[in-house]
Amino acid sequence: MRYDVVVIGGGPAGLAAAKSAYENGAKNIVILERDKELGGILQQCIHNGFGLHRFKEELTGPEYAQKYIEFVKQYPIEIKLETMVLNISKERVISMINPIDGYQEIEASSVILAMGCRERTRGAIAIPGERPSGIFTAGAAQRYINMEGYMVGKKAVILGSGDIGLIMARRLTLEGAKVEAVVELMPFSGGLNRNIVQCLDDFDIPLLLSHTVIDVKGKDRLEKVVVAKVDENKKPIPGTEIHYDCDTLLLSVGLIPENDLSKEAGVILDNRTSGPIVSNSMETSIPGVFACGNVVHVHDLVDFVSEEGERAGKFAACYIAEENCKIENVSNLKNGDGIVYTVPQVINLDNLQNKLEIFMRVNNVYKNKKIVIREGDNVIASFKRAHLAPGEMEKVLLPEVLLKRISKDIIIELQEA
Amino acid sequence: MKEMICILCPMGCHLNIDVENNYKVTGNSCPKGEVYGKEELIAPKRVVTSIVRVYGGIHHMVPVKTDKPIPKELVFDCMELLKDIKIESPKKVGTVVLENILGTGSNIVLTRDI
Repeated sequence: MRYDVVVIGGGPAGLAAAKSAYENGAKNIVILERDKELGGILQQCIHNGFGLHRFKEELTGPEYAQKYIEFVKQYPIEIKLETMVLNISKERVISMINPIDGYQEIEASSVILAMGCRERTRGAIAIPGERPSGIFTAGAAQRYINMEGYMVGKKAVILGSGDIGLIMARRLTLEGAKVEAVVELMPFSGGLNRNIVQCLDDFDIPLLLSHTVIDVKGKDRLEKVVVAKVDENKKPIPGTEIHYDCDTLLLSVGLIPENDLSKEAGVILDNRTSGPIVSNSMETSIPGVFACGNVVHVHDLVDFVSEEGERAGKFAACYIAEENCKIENVSNLKNGDGIVYTVPQVINLDNLQNKLEIFMRVNNVYKNKKIVIREGDNVIASFKRAHLAPGEMEKVLLPEVLLKRISKDIIIELQEA
Repeated sequence: MKEMICILCPMGCHLNIDVENNYKVTGNSCPKGEVYGKEELIAPKRVVTSIVRVYGGIHHMVPVKTDKPIPKELVFDCMELLKDIKIESPKKVGTVVLENILGTGSNIVLTRDI
């Protein structure tokens, strides 16, 4: 069996990629999805606030997902559900398993990686203490409550103030649980301001910055969580312990792109994003293998995931048609002061198609800075920003004309405005 | 002068609201912020999103929302109403499962097909 485009993952990135690949001329497309339905994690994100960029209206996660599911279903795109991809070979042979076909191998002219990301667990951050039940990642709790209909506990502490942690603080409260506190290791929240307001302030839930969990107690079920203040080196300060009696601890301590399949296929990863190094056409280090969405880097907004998916789909279609896919004139994008990472990391100057979009994250909270893009001492562009934070992904747009005479690597950095 | 953060979109604009001067809003980057800032101080409202039980679908619960924001003080009363709703699949996204809740003019609608 041979397909033009095999999309791995049926979440927002994969759906947008499949739609766009079809619209740009690829036929014979298949989406491989592990779950029993399309939509990915959006299906459990029942809160609103999605789609303001894309659809100019405020949608819930399932509503946003449904729009893309319907886009895809209007085309003859094959969908395989409950399908687990086991391996992608360097020759783009995909082995997979599902209850209908059993084990199967398919060949792909091009592959789009859209596997999303995975939550960091208790093990990943090495929380000491006993091992009772009642400790969940925030996303797992979200799936239990919102889709399966199981409540996870009555009294909770949440570690991590990323958006998922904040949203779950509200969700637990609405469902009748008491959230004692949201505990954050860093001196600032990793979540959007609006979520601190409408998820914590609305319900008088305290946010403890520069604090962490130093112990959990409980034999069968969680009984107590011990929280302490940390110093500037993130070491717990003795004597600052707070004891919370609770039966639930939710962890919202970061997301990691899910790249087991990419790694085995030999795709080169960026150790800052933990996702593949990609060019502006979302192509990885293996020609014909594209990537988009949270498998590349963790986004704050699904709107940008869809946008990236559309780009990956378009260039996958163009790769098959062998149009505009030269990769001779390449420049690397290097991180300068204040910049943690950029996507793309590689710029294919022959294939800009009018503009270059750069996503990036900064390493601290900043006020009144400018994002400067330069080649040596030659400033190509600069963008003023009144407010920058690690939790908020930044995006800049460069018109192609500015990149006409580039011959070396480009540096991107923060400077005083 | 009241300071607050607009919650209408991920921008999270820092608003300044002049309470003594007819709730004049500054710091907003779109017209929605102006309406929000004033309303948040006079009569705050929220969209409630939650779940109700469903029989015969691929999941046990189906997500719902209020199709218009409701007064913030009614949020928990609204949650109480959702406890008793039980629906049968199949249903379409947008299906009204409860009309004009708590006299607010807002309906509870499904946010996905089930």
